Amino acid sequence: MNNLLVFPLLIPLCTAVILLFFKNSVTGQRWVSAIGMLFNLAAAIVLIYQVKTEGIQTLHMGGWLPPYGIVFVGDMLAALLVLATSIVGTFCLFFTFGTIGKEREKYYFYPFYQFLLVGVSGSFLTGDLFNLFVCFEVMLISSYALIVLGGTKKQLRETLKYILINILSSTLFVAAVAYLYGVVGTLNMADLSQRIAEVGQSGVLNVIAILFMIVFSLKAGLFLFFWLPGSYSAPPAAVSALFGALLTKVGVYALIRTFTLIFYHEPAITHHWMAWMAAATMVLGAFGAAAYSDIGRILNYNVIISVGFLAFGLAVSSKEALDGVVFYLLHDMVAKALLFIIGGMLMYIAGTGRLKEMGGLIKRYPFMGWMFFITALAIAGIPPLSGFTGKLLIIMGGFQEKYFWLTAVSLASSFIVLYSLIKIFMAAFWGAEMKNTDSLPAVNKGFIVSAAGLCLIVVAMGIGSEWVYQYVSEAGHTLINPAQYIDAVLKE
Amino acid sequence: MELYMSLAIGVIFTVGVYLILSKSLLRIILGTSILTHGVHLLLLTMSKLKTGSAPLLGEKAETYVDPLPQALILTSIVISFGVTSFFFVLAYKAYQKLGTDDMEQLRGNDDE
Repeated sequence: MNNLLVFPLLIPLCTAVILLFFKNSVTGQRWVSAIGMLFNLAAAIVLIYQVKTEGIQTLHMGGWLPPYGIVFVGDMLAALLVLATSIVGTFCLFFTFGTIGKEREKYYFYPFYQFLLVGVSGSFLTGDLFNLFVCFEVMLISSYALIVLGGTKKQLRETLKYILINILSSTLFVAAVAYLYGVVGTLNMADLSQRIAEVGQSGVLNVIAILFMIVFSLKAGLFLFFWLPGSYSAPPAAVSALFGALLTKVGVYALIRTFTLIFYHEPAITHHWMAWMAAATMVLGAFGAAAYSDIGRILNYNVIISVGFLAFGLAVSSKEALDGVVFYLLHDMVAKALLFIIGGMLMYIAGTGRLKEMGGLIKRYPFMGWMFFITALAIAGIPPLSGFTGKLLIIMGGFQEKYFWLTAVSLASSFIVLYSLIKIFMAAFWGAEMKNTDSLPAVNKGFIVSAAGLCLIVVAMGIGSEWVYQYVSEAGHTLINPAQYIDAVLKE
Repeated sequence: MELYMSLAIGVIFTVGVYLILSKSLLRIILGTSILTHGVHLLLLTMSKLKTGSAPLLGEKAETYVDPLPQALILTSIVISFGVTSFFFVLAYKAYQKLGTDDMEQLRGNDDE
């Protein structure tokens, strides 16, 4: 029992409720939400420390023992992801201050922002399948509001599609929960895992596993990503940075949790499917990233490629590959937020997303240019930076488990990632200068703080991989031995 | 009994999917709410429709029906109610601003 587990939910929730009361004082809103984020960060760090020293933490809501009550479980994976969420949330918030505009800030932008974080942290920490559904909905409803807030034509149009696809996937989620409850009779994840291990995962349980895979793939943008490029290009840069960093990763986390804890008995069926979906995602995402010459589109297809890469690691499911998945997931949350922040700023100062109309920005914005360069190398996985270790581990896992073709595809997709991002760098920062560069707007303080902070983390995660790896390895250890998780939840 | 319920839910799902695949936005929203009805009935059915008393301890009955799915359905109903109302208002705003409810005309274009 550890009450600290509920703090990553409780702090943003209380912050959001406080923020509802004074909508006109923008300065006040900014201070309150920033302070809330800092508390959240502190809670996440303490949580990781506790998980590291005392093992998996659990909290039984209302004192009801599992499987009867709702249980919150903080294993290393959940704790690390909560920390990454609050880091990304904090830095995106600083970026928001300068870029989002007074109009949006007055209409409850910050409460929605905090509610989104409630949903994301809740999804990471919960140990109950239906509670996961509820946390997903908290996250999604706030994301609907954030994506449409401002009400431009493009936002309205894309939100319609975004809501429709998410209602559909939520409906399928409830259907999958209904089937699973009908077969097994419980919804607590640890209890589910134990009972499925007893009755054997066969026939109908495989079908349910595939149904869950479809549901979470829709959320994560794994193969079923057709909704993603349009939806993520609609909202302002700060919001799409938050979405690109967090929303799909929650889907990936749900995939990891279900297929390492609950449905891990028939890898020939479930993991095989996932491997092919991952390959298709990487290939199609790579086509998208290479084909477009529009910054927004390229960044969105990069999100898709990384989801495919993570799913490939999950499909391999050896110890190395799962370590790699955890490491790459952490890296990807930070690096994608950074990429979207810089990309958003780039589109803002150039006044367009089209690469043909840009050029020569390195003279006026050298700091931004080189940060973008570092980010591009980090995402492609160049050694001293953070993307390398995760990719290395996943690819090592792929070779050891003899997934040669898929490993080749994932390596090739890394080249395309590098190509697409360097294409942006060369077109926007090099080449002939844009007309009247002097009249271009200056970058604001919030951008410098957030981008420099995230960039430092990306570099530090790369150089200090050894240090990060001890945490990641512990997370991977729990994923590969579900018994640890089950013991922590069910045996008190 | 479960068989008939399953057939009915199947019909509801079919209708919902058919409506979602149509062009008009209002029909799509109706389709989503019909789908959620189907899925709520599915939750109820999957917990086996045994006869028993309503889950109130005051009834002092021999057997009760399973109370858990009812709580799940209740949660899911209010969530889908919230989302549907948001969707309706969004459709209204989109109609005002974009001047159409035809999904074919709501495709993206670059010159905005």
